[in-house]
Amino acid sequence: MTGPDDRGYFGAYGGRFVPETLVGPLTRLEEAAREALLDERFRHDLDHELATWVGRPTPLTYAGALSAAWHAEVWLKREDLAHTGAHKINNALGQVRLAQRLGKKRIVAETGAGQHGVATAAACARVGLSCTVYMGAVDVERQAPNVLRMKLFGANVVPVKSGDQTLRAAIDEALRDWVSDPEGTFYVLGSAVGPHPYPWLVREFQSVIGREALQQWARGPGGVPDVVVACVGGGSNAIGLFHAFVPTFARLCGFEAGGRGTGLGDHAATLAYGRPGVLHGTLSPLLQDADGQIQETHSVSAGLDYPGVGPEHGMLRDTGRATYVAVSDAEALDALQACCRSEGILPAIESAHALAGAKRLATESPGQRMLIGLSGRGDKDLGILAGLGLV
Amino acid sequence: MTGAERIAAALSSPKQGSTALVAYLTAGWPTREGFRDLLDRVADVADVVEIGVPFSDPMADGVTLQRTAREALAGGVTLQWIADLLVERGPHATPTLLMGYTNPFHQFGWRRLASACGASLDGFIIPDLPPEESGDCDRVVEAFGLGMVRLVAPNTPDDRLDRLVAAASGFVYAVTVNGITGSALGDVGGNLDRVAAAAKGRGIPVCAGFGVRTRDDVARLGKHVDGVIVGTALADVIARGEDPIAYLRGLVGAS
Repeated sequence: MTGPDDRGYFGAYGGRFVPETLVGPLTRLEEAAREALLDERFRHDLDHELATWVGRPTPLTYAGALSAAWHAEVWLKREDLAHTGAHKINNALGQVRLAQRLGKKRIVAETGAGQHGVATAAACARVGLSCTVYMGAVDVERQAPNVLRMKLFGANVVPVKSGDQTLRAAIDEALRDWVSDPEGTFYVLGSAVGPHPYPWLVREFQSVIGREALQQWARGPGGVPDVVVACVGGGSNAIGLFHAFVPTFARLCGFEAGGRGTGLGDHAATLAYGRPGVLHGTLSPLLQDADGQIQETHSVSAGLDYPGVGPEHGMLRDTGRATYVAVSDAEALDALQACCRSEGILPAIESAHALAGAKRLATESPGQRMLIGLSGRGDKDLGILAGLGLV
Repeated sequence: MTGAERIAAALSSPKQGSTALVAYLTAGWPTREGFRDLLDRVADVADVVEIGVPFSDPMADGVTLQRTAREALAGGVTLQWIADLLVERGPHATPTLLMGYTNPFHQFGWRRLASACGASLDGFIIPDLPPEESGDCDRVVEAFGLGMVRLVAPNTPDDRLDRLVAAASGFVYAVTVNGITGSALGDVGGNLDRVAAAAKGRGIPVCAGFGVRTRDDVARLGKHVDGVIVGTALADVIARGEDPIAYLRGLVGAS
């Protein structure tokens, strides 16, 4: 278990830049999480729930048509088949069960695409906790089906009209809520970002993806893949997939949202274009202007539309263990359509960024054995796809 | 005297009444052009002035100070503009601090900022920079004799409270409630007495902030601490077009 140092740093990135009111709750969360993750009973119960309620392990699917088209051997890790439709449930369930263990009565969460909000709302319904989800007003609009699902699970969905009205503003608002009731409320953060211990905690709950894939690959294709590919917004599915492969010889490639261009505000490719700075309690690469103001981002994918990235990805980039490159909105949408037509799988637009990146890698060097994290399904994106004239 | 000493001295002998008054103004708000004049007029009444450095993601602020920061940024306020203003203004009889979130300072550079401002700046208040993360800032604060105000919260444990007080200079900022700026004040006396007791042995003043609005609030809090901090309510007064000086005078001193 390679983790951050005692202060929550992964190399040069991480830490805990928070108002004093949150220092105590974060310290106690860290202690409680360490205890819980070492507790056989907690792990056993969580694994049981992951198997019988979430539907783990998710399959590793051979993508024959994409393999033929790309001159590669392409396998998909199917997080789209996890309950509620994306990898987000792994972390949401873990944190909600941790909250329950700590005797918390109320959960708050932020959501971008809505997948983390839906997963948290479902997990709260399952264990019987009250749930409030902050969601940017722009995202409420563009991911409407997920808003309805959250409401069906009994969550209170609060549209956030401040700031950029997307994921970043939703996190700001969730933090404000938590600051106002730091002892009674548990903040279920959905990506591998935020103050220590969240980047570590989220990785611990998401690393089940890579552990399964490593075993499935050994039993199926054999050995380890040549390259492991994931999309990166905040980076939770990517770190979850990568983590088990860090000690192997597999290349690790993350693909960020290149949006509509390389200008500030036209993309959300933090690792490709950002500089270190402090946002949402962590020091990590950020998209910001010269004065340190956080920049608005653009991506066709709400789940990648975030100006920061998890600190561990910053470390993996700096050490050269992983590479991160941007792919455009257009490339992602092309890959999405190709996956639909050739494999009968509708990926989320987020996950389509990984497919687009993998296609590029395949073009650069034919014959590779590729593991692609298909982090979620695209049902939530039907409105966007229709709006773009793709259906 | 160092900046830290000037702040502490100003708070121990208030200009009016028995409770010191710390006023917070968002830099360049409501307008960049009128800010210097507003700052100087407020500095005539207040014992210490905090200039708020606007940030795009103010996670500990309520709607009022979110709005002032957004409007200041839209008006083109930067840390460079603030530093230039301070330098042009020069050392002031009323100690002047910068208050803001870490990132703009981190990008500008603590040393570069302190060097640029010289004696025109007396200290920092950085709400998202706990002592565990403030090493870079602390070295500069130490070298330049600036005040490093530490915030303590109602849920700060006693042992940590002692460490925060020991690490503070200028004053200790007692946050009245677990919450964001502009929150409602509840029954806060017990917690403030706890902070005051921790600070007493070290001879550092304590000021209470978050939710201070009225003369009654000031009188009530003044029984427990050396001073009060007024931010959101002052911004509301300015936004309504009322006279901020009359408002501040009305909070303290003879009625």
